[in-house]
Parts: sequence; structure tokens; C-alpha cells
Amino acid sequence: MLYRENGQFKTNYRADQQVFPILQDRIAIGALLVFAFAVVPLIAPEYLFRAILIPFLILSLAALGLNILVGYCGQISLGTGAFMAIGAYAAYNFQVRIPGMPLIVSLLLGGATATLVGVLFGIPSLRIKGLYLAVATLAAQFFTDWAFLRIKWFTNDSASGSVSVAGLQVFGLPIETPAQKYLFCLAFVAVFALLAKNLVRSHIGREWMAIRDMDVAAAVIGIRPVYAKLSAFAVSSFIVGVAGALWGFVHLGSWEPAAFSIDRSFQLLFMVIIGGLGSIMGSFFGAAFIVVLPIVLDALPYWFGIPIDTALAAHLTFMIFGALIVFFLIVEPHGLARLWSTAKEKLRLWPFPH
Amino acid sequence: MATTGDVVLEVRNISLAFGGVKALTDISFDVREHEVRAIIGPNGAGKSSMLNCINGVYTPQHGSITFRGKTFSHMNSRQVAEMGVARTFQNLALFKGMSVLDNIMTGRNLRMRSNLLQQAIRWGAAEREEMQHREFVERIIDFLEIQPYRKTPVGRMPYGLQKRVDLGRALAMEPQVLLLDEPMAGMNVEEKQDMCRFILDVNDEFGTTIVLIEHDMGVVMDISDRVVVLDYGKKIGDGTPDEVRANPEVIKAYLGTSH
Amino acid sequence: MGFFLETLFGGLMAGMLYSLIALGFVLIFKASGVFNFAQGAMVLFAALAMARFSEWIPAALGIESKVLGNVLAFIAAMAVMVAVAWLIERLCLSKLVNQEAITLLMATLGITYFLDGFGQTLFGSDIYKIDVGMPKDPIFLFQSTFEGGVLISQEDLVAALIAALLVGALALFFQKTSTGRALRAVADDHQAAQSIGIPLNRIWVIVWSVAGFAALVAGIIWGSKLGVQFSLSLVALKALPVVILGGLTSVPGAIIGGLIIGVGEKLSEIYIGPMLGGGIEIWFAYVLALLFLLVRPQGLFGEKIIDRV
Repeated sequence: MLYRENGQFKTNYRADQQVFPILQDRIAIGALLVFAFAVVPLIAPEYLFRAILIPFLILSLAALGLNILVGYCGQISLGTGAFMAIGAYAAYNFQVRIPGMPLIVSLLLGGATATLVGVLFGIPSLRIKGLYLAVATLAAQFFTDWAFLRIKWFTNDSASGSVSVAGLQVFGLPIETPAQKYLFCLAFVAVFALLAKNLVRSHIGREWMAIRDMDVAAAVIGIRPVYAKLSAFAVSSFIVGVAGALWGFVHLGSWEPAAFSIDRSFQLLFMVIIGGLGSIMGSFFGAAFIVVLPIVLDALPYWFGIPIDTALAAHLTFMIFGALIVFFLIVEPHGLARLWSTAKEKLRLWPFPH
Repeated sequence: MATTGDVVLEVRNISLAFGGVKALTDISFDVREHEVRAIIGPNGAGKSSMLNCINGVYTPQHGSITFRGKTFSHMNSRQVAEMGVARTFQNLALFKGMSVLDNIMTGRNLRMRSNLLQQAIRWGAAEREEMQHREFVERIIDFLEIQPYRKTPVGRMPYGLQKRVDLGRALAMEPQVLLLDEPMAGMNVEEKQDMCRFILDVNDEFGTTIVLIEHDMGVVMDISDRVVVLDYGKKIGDGTPDEVRANPEVIKAYLGTSH
Repeated sequence: MGFFLETLFGGLMAGMLYSLIALGFVLIFKASGVFNFAQGAMVLFAALAMARFSEWIPAALGIESKVLGNVLAFIAAMAVMVAVAWLIERLCLSKLVNQEAITLLMATLGITYFLDGFGQTLFGSDIYKIDVGMPKDPIFLFQSTFEGGVLISQEDLVAALIAALLVGALALFFQKTSTGRALRAVADDHQAAQSIGIPLNRIWVIVWSVAGFAALVAGIIWGSKLGVQFSLSLVALKALPVVILGGLTSVPGAIIGGLIIGVGEKLSEIYIGPMLGGGIEIWFAYVLALLFLLVRPQGLFGEKIIDRV
């Protein structure tokens, strides 16, 4: 009743191919953006920024990058943590070694460095697929774990591989308080989400999906698998690299290689699966789910008045995570994004049954 | 049927084997511009493999393929597409995760020029290009009468309509030569009539050369200019439908006594 | 030279241990086409079960004999692994029968997390000991040829022998028995196998139980050597490059791959490591597998994959 498209006729292709063709959607997104940019910084408590909003934003960005590779182009990667690390450490080096380097430029250069390495590690995808490729991406993960620990130049000769940054500012505006950090990340995420959405609905996006769905047929149409796969690795690594740089600079402040370990890679993969493979929206859903879940699980015992020791809580979190992954894969392999769009479909008909 | 011209595609002495299995043995035939050339033969005769060699999916161990005077010992899929050869597949090979519209739009890929940055920004050059090609694809959708389904994921469509999308994707490439691998398999009489109509229209209006693998003898005899017959990977007949129909080898191998 | 031989033997032994874990991967892949990421977690789970049962059972039943205690613990642990196999089949695999490989892979990732957490909830998360009477003292071989002799760990030697026996048994099982044939049919094409009447569910329970058995043996040997702790699950991850190198469908491949990785790791750490700052063991196996994959995508003994259009 509320969600009907009555009267919303599209009279040209441009209108038909908008990102949000339904008017109600456009209003909702607009309202959400206004709320996120203007209202949240004023009313949210510090804890919310630090523990939920900022990690959510940055991890959504990383999940977005990973989704392009895994969800849209069908190339499995278990080494996402490595590319976040490369982005973070590269941005660090640019920021620290070149005096007067603007923050945003450092972050983007971090992403660019991750792109170069990403393309390199994407080369195996030209010969191997699926599970074999997954294991090959693990090579990237473990190699970078080692490199940032042992190669002193990367970390400005820090003994343990840990580095830190301070005094972030953009055009003279400081990025110190949680609210400021939140707005900074939000701006990045909004811009990148738009760019990513544009890419996946253009011909490169269709190339990626064609390679994912049936690469032999794609080749026959004239799509070059090499270009499609490597461009997917490149774009994905860029986004993941920038996310990594944001994670280190804005969220952590100081970090060591363990912040980007294989656990991070798995975490991002879970976000993408649960959120929905091949869906921009899904990356956000997945990130929200994975960020909020441990907090809920931690707090649950207290709500019910049953104290659980932290070790047991950690084990239970693992169990619930694992069970939820399997549950989602069985019930809705296309993730929360599909559940969402199914709900919207029903809403368009409501209150009629069909 | 359009008046046929010079030889546009010629395969010479093509032999293809998978390990010990000989899929094709010393196959030679030519295809003339604007004609409808059928390839027939029992199942397993190597017809699809022949098309796969032309498209660069398989690489033959011997032989050559000549397209418009240029000879190749093996084909590169992209090159073949650029030279104006498109095809449909026996088992559809559609991109199941995409809508009908997107599937057909992939056929326009070779002609879309905007780079990554332009596409990311979208506003301006990339938007214009997208709209331009959308218009072209919409004409194909009209031609194939699948307008109501344009946003449907292809996986959800009935088989007959999926076949049309496969054809649409090939047509989107504006091919000079169209290779059709059993375009009417699994269809009922009405669907076959529709498909025939589409194929003949394409051949008539655009002069597209058609190479057609088909099992329905009625269709083959009706619409083809010339026919090649394969059996167990060898060529056993080549000529007009009437010539082939009277060829005792072909009758023995394939057509049977009553039809 | 003596030192080189020591390193070589050490590498071969370590390689055998990796192979033990890799066997489980190959078994499940060969018989169900599923890449079981959870194999490492199964090794840990099995080892935990064995370790705790070998404590609890003698205490509960008042048994003095070490051997009897271990045997009972083994039986109990095996029963647990069969139960786990049955549950995995019932709750996960049967529901995901027709999904693509990536979905099944993700499911096993989920199972990994679940087993890790569940195992530690059930059995505890301290470091536990397994004592099945493996000889702990090293022996010195070739004392006449090399001064001081070459140091070989007896424990590793026994482990290698057990692994060899297990491989032999499994290879026979697949080639010679009708169940083995059925397993290979299932791995090739689930639906085709179903259509000729092979009971998919039962087959999968069998396969995962056998893999569970391999995991238990691997768990006991590794646990006896290193103590049973969470990091076992991570060590098991190292079996992935082994499987890649050897080929996902090959039992002998798992052995050869394991040996190559084991030797390669040890030798590279000693001879190349110092040039690069040390600690290259964490990535050597993976990079080796990666380079190998570029040359021969299906691994040493795996089957070539042909796409049909």
C-alpha cells in the first residue's frame, strides 16, 4: 500500500536504470543519508562510534571490495587481510616518509599499492579456479604476515612490526574525536559505494558476472578473461587497501601485522556470504551483522542474568558464528540481501497476498 | 533466403581428438556469405565440436580455418568475436546470475569503450554509451518478443524463452556469421515456428550468414541452402538439401527409411 | 653432510605428519567432491576427545592399565567422530547437495568455526597430553659413517610408518572394494550416482567417518608430539598446500606432496631463511604450492578438469 509504484512510469532508459528506481526507495535512502551525516554525529554516544559505527563503516568498505571479487567476479580470495595490511602499511609509509603528504592522498596511495600487489596475486586466477585459487590466495596472506614482521623497511624499522599514526587532519580540520572519525569514514564509504555501484552496473560489471557465471561463453562473446579477472582483483584490492588504511589510521591508531591476520580474512568472507554475494547492499548487511553479533553475544548473558566467563563466551561465539554460516548457506545462500529484496517484493504487494 | 555470395568461412582438414577419442577426422567444407548452411548428423557426430573449433573453444590438432581470406591454425575466441562471428550454445550457456537485459547487453561488450574511471563516475561518457547500447538491445528484445521479461533473471525463465535470450545475446554482437547450435532443441511446434521465423528474418534483413546445427529434418530441409552431414567425426555428405536427401550414405547413417 | 641428512629426515618426517592430515582432505574430496576446510578442526576435535577420554575413562572405571585405558579412549573417540560425521551429513551436507563448490567450501568453513568452539566447550581449552606409548628418545643412525651419527626421532619414525600403513589401507579400500568404487562414483557426479541407486547419505556418513578416523590418527600422533592445543587447528591448515601439490583426488599425491612440503620447509628455513630474516616457514609451503599451480594446475597426480560447453 505504501510501497506501490503506481504512477511511477519511466519514460526513458536513463530513468529505468537508476540505482533506486522506486521513489519510496529514493526517499528512504535520502533520509538515511541525512540522518547519518547530520543527526548521528550530534546524538550518538562515544561508545557507539568506537565500538560499532566506525568498525562497521570500515569493514563494510572492505566487504564491498571483497564482494566485487568474490560475489561479482566469482574468484575466491582468502587473503583479504593481506591486502588490508598492504594498504595500511603503504599509507603509513607515504604519510611518514613524505613530509606534508595530505592524509587522503596517503590513504588512496595505500589503496593503489594494494592494487599493484592484488593484480600480481590475481595472475594465478588466470590458470586456476575455485578451491585451488583459494589456497593460492592464502599464500598472499601468509607472505604478507611475514613480510611486515620481518622486513624492517616496511615498518620504518620498528622491532615488532607495529606502527602508529597521530594527529590526523584534512584541510586543517582535525580528525580526533570519534564523531569526526565517523564522519570521515562515512564520507569515504558513501563515495566508494557509489563508485562501486556504478561499476557493477556498467559493462565491466557485466563482464565480471559473465566470467563468474560461465567463462567459456564469456570468451566466445569477446570478453577477455584476463582483463576481466585482473580488473576485478585490481578494483577489489584498491577498495580493500583503502579500507585497511582507514582501519589502521582511523580506527586503531596504532597496529601490528596481527590486526590483519587470516582471522580478518575469514571474517570478511563471512560478511560477504551472510550479507549476500554479488550485492552492494549485502556487504553492508553482512558487516553490520558480524560487527554487532559478538557484542550481542557478549551482552546476552548479562541480560539474562547468567554470567559466563570470557573464554567460554569466546568459544560460544565461535560456535554460533559457525552455525549461522551453515544456516544461512542452507536457508538463503544469497544472504541477507536476498531476504531484504524478498521482503520488499512482499511489501510492494501488501496488503494483497500476490 | 538471401542470394549467396563468396566463400566467407572455410574449414580445411580439421582433425580434433581428446586423448584417444577422435571427435573430428579430416573435415573440410565451406560457407558462403548470406547463405543458411546446416550441419546435421547423429548425436556424437562432432557437430558441436566443429563449432567449438571455429570459436576457439577447442584447438584442433590438424587443419586450418580461413575467415575472409585470413587463415588460422587455431582460433582465439576474442579474435573470432571481433571478426564478427557469434554463436548460441546447445546447453544455453547463459549467465544465470543476470537478467535477460543484462545477458543481451553482454553481447555489446566489444563495442563499449568507456574505461574503468569513466564507468565508476558514470555521469557523462559512460552514461551516454550505456543508453546508446541499451537502445540497440531494446530493438533486439522487440524483435524476439521478450519485452515483459527483460528484468527477469534468466534462470527463472522457461526453456524456450531462454533459447531466445541466447539468440539475442548473439545478435547483439551484430555478427556477420551466426553459428547456431541446436536452437530449436526441446521446443514444441509453435516455439519452433517462432525460432525459424527469427532465424530467417535475421538472414533476410541483415544478410547474416547462418551456420545451423539442427536435428529437425523438416526445418533443415525447409530453410537451408546447403547441408553438411557428419557421422562419427567424418564428413559423409555435402550439398543442397535435395542432394543430401538422396545420398545413400546419408540415408544409411542417419535419415532412416521413412520421414 | 650429517646435518643435511638430519634436516632431510626431519623434513620427511614432518612431511609424513602433514600427509596424515592431508589424507582426510583427499578422502572427502575424492568421495564427495567437497573440499573439507574443517579437516584441521576435526583433527583438533578428535585429539581433544582422545586426550580427555584417556583421562576420564580410566578415572571413571578405575582402570589401572595404560593400554586398556588408551584402547577404550580410542574407541570412545572414534564413536564421537562417527557421531560428528553423521551430524555433519544430516544437518549440513544433505541440505546443500546441489549447491556449487564455493557454497560447500564456505559451509565447511562454518563447520570449522563450530567444531573449534564446540570442542573447546566440551573438552576444555588447556593443553592436554596424549600418551600412547610413542617412544620419546631419539636414536642415532649411521654412527659409523658420520661422526656422532644422524639424529632421528623415533616418534617421528613410528608416525611415518603408521601413516604409510594408513595410506596403503586407504588406497586398497578405494581400488578394491565395492564401497570404494561407490565412493569414487559419488565424487564424480552426485546426481548420476544417486540415479543408479547409490545411497548418497550413507556413503557420505561412511566417508566422513573414515576421514574422522584419519583425523583421529593424525590427532593422536600430532597431539602426542606437540600436546593437544588450539594451535593444532592452525598447523592443520598447512595440509592445504600439501593437497594442492599432490592433487586433490590422489591418495599417493597426499603423501608425495606432504614429503615435498615437509622437506622443502625444513631445508628452506635452514638454507634460505637466514638470507631473508628467518621465519619463512609460515609461507614457504603456500608459495611453493602457488608456483606449482601456475605450472600444473591440477597438482602432481590430480585429474585434469575439462570444461564442456
